[in-house]
Amino acid sequence: MQPSPMDTTALNVVALVSIGAHPTSGRPRRAEQDARAVELGLRLAGEAMQVVHAGDARQEALRGYLGMGIKQLHVLEQPAQADVLHALSDYLLDSDAQLILTGSQAETGEGSGMLPYLLAEQLGWPIVVGLAEVERIDHGIAHVLQALPRGQRRRLQVQMPFIASVDNAAPLARQSAFGPARRGELTVTAANVCPDQLFKEGQLQPARPRPKRLKVIKAKTGAERMKAATAKASGGGGQVLKDCSPTEGAEAIFKLLMDEGVLR
Amino acid sequence: MSDIIRRDPRAEWIARNRLHPLHSSMQSSVTRWLSAAGVTRKNPHAVGFIGPNGIKRIDRSGAQQSSGSKRSSPTAEKQLPLHIVEQPAFHICVVPDMVGGRLSSHDKDLLGLAHKLAGTEGAVVAVVFAEHKENGFDTAGVDRILHFTDAVFDGYSPEQRVQALVRVENQLEPRHWLLPDSRNGGGELGRRLAASLSERPATRVWQVADEQSIGRAGAGQQDLHRPAPRLILASAECAEPISETRHQAQPMQLQDAINPSRSRIKDLGAVAVDPALIPMAEAEFILSGGNGVSDWSLFHQAAETLGATEGASRVAVDDGFMPRNRQVGATGTWVTARVYLAVGISGAIQHLQGIGACDKVIAVNMDANCDMVKRADLSVIGDSAAILQALIARIDAHRQGGIRDAA
Repeated sequence: MQPSPMDTTALNVVALVSIGAHPTSGRPRRAEQDARAVELGLRLAGEAMQVVHAGDARQEALRGYLGMGIKQLHVLEQPAQADVLHALSDYLLDSDAQLILTGSQAETGEGSGMLPYLLAEQLGWPIVVGLAEVERIDHGIAHVLQALPRGQRRRLQVQMPFIASVDNAAPLARQSAFGPARRGELTVTAANVCPDQLFKEGQLQPARPRPKRLKVIKAKTGAERMKAATAKASGGGGQVLKDCSPTEGAEAIFKLLMDEGVLR
Repeated sequence: MSDIIRRDPRAEWIARNRLHPLHSSMQSSVTRWLSAAGVTRKNPHAVGFIGPNGIKRIDRSGAQQSSGSKRSSPTAEKQLPLHIVEQPAFHICVVPDMVGGRLSSHDKDLLGLAHKLAGTEGAVVAVVFAEHKENGFDTAGVDRILHFTDAVFDGYSPEQRVQALVRVENQLEPRHWLLPDSRNGGGELGRRLAASLSERPATRVWQVADEQSIGRAGAGQQDLHRPAPRLILASAECAEPISETRHQAQPMQLQDAINPSRSRIKDLGAVAVDPALIPMAEAEFILSGGNGVSDWSLFHQAAETLGATEGASRVAVDDGFMPRNRQVGATGTWVTARVYLAVGISGAIQHLQGIGACDKVIAVNMDANCDMVKRADLSVIGDSAAILQALIARIDAHRQGGIRDAA
């Protein structure tokens, strides 16, 4: 069952996709967050959405996106370790995109998550971070839900056109089907190549396990050390309301909850 | 009480007179001193005190004060040494997340990293937006504090905040910008700032040493080693937090006022989310019930009114009042809630382990001596059902009032 597209038929959505890496084997695959961005785009604009990749067109993993039900994928031909920002911004300036969807960071390479921000800066568009859902779009103003930590949501009003990055709170990407993935078409365009300055000075190495934080014992005497090692939950800090009516107790709890801002 | 040592001639006279009945109690009980020959001398008879049954007791824990120190004023709470930066040679700017209006542990780690970069000449500037409830900026390591209180920075206002940070950049020209690479706003604000300053940041940094920064790259399979850039987005535990010094936390002002332009993003406020759908490990507000809850339908009603995720102690789960996946504690879920309201839970050590990461704990219990009350920031002693009912009534009254105000 496919989710029905919203009444946003004329909406021009572009999703920017990259090549991911499987977390265990490291094999190339469709990137998790980018696939969610494509899923969101498919729900908004259906098959009319455009999917763009800047990189190597011969990469088989790109067909993973085509298998989600997209007829065509644009590839801006770029060598490895090139800065794709300029190629993408040139392409997007020429297109009439109204909404650009990206994942929040790449799974290979630097993965700084800067691309959507830099594109927004170059295009002069607003950027929404952590898009979870587009509620409605009327008269060039979009009402969207932004995902916050701890499962919370915030409603935002944004002027079109805008860039949105999605993270793991966006709807789960549909499966990639083999047949459509074979039949889909990859259109390759040459684009300006701009070498990335970063790799002149920085280098990528296999990740080292992070050092565990040591528990520093500050006790100067043996007695203090003994106390620190055997202490139960430290008491005394809290306020204790004894012999009060339930209303007074409830009032105190209510006040603390309001101070912490957890009551909505 | 002043620290001036005053002579008591009468006491001195008694101390000289060995026949006086009070002579022994007036003896100075010095147990260890340096003799003229430089040898340490001890008086074992002066050690200890006479216990309630007349037996001499020696308490080696240090809790027992010797009787000789009666005259000295009570020792003031130990003050950490103050780290003073008069004329900072340069600035290191830190923009903490301030989740819930307080410095998080991530923010404190970042301030520790900032001091590593600042050394003794530089000053660490904390840039804080909107209202906060923090009063420990000095012990967290803030030398200067730049507090923007304008109404435009309330709520979600990343574009205005970036404009303010660009002003700070123009005025202070900090040597480094440090932001937490977190989902609580720091990661977003840092990247926005990087884009508008055209600085290439180092992201997910977990170590900065010898002008080199190491950060995770890609999906975490690789590390990126590079010279430390001006803008660093650091992950949690990037450095040790400040613990040995106090800092000035002097307020600073920008020279020119800020008048941010209109934002293209408008915050329409938080959306109600079904609290039952939030995974308990990351829920922000948990109402947890235990053996002391008698009326479970009232408990569920209270959770709904409060908008809290439900949790339970092991007893409540074993008795079948709550499902197993709602159990909080060592064998259940380790929760990270900001506010944890425990109703009728006495606080077994396994349960207290499970709520170790919680910020504020409220206990409602019949027993004032239980461990949960010792752990809690606020405890109400009384019948849980009556208190829950009163709480529901209070919140309903508040919501009704709010609606009336809005209309």
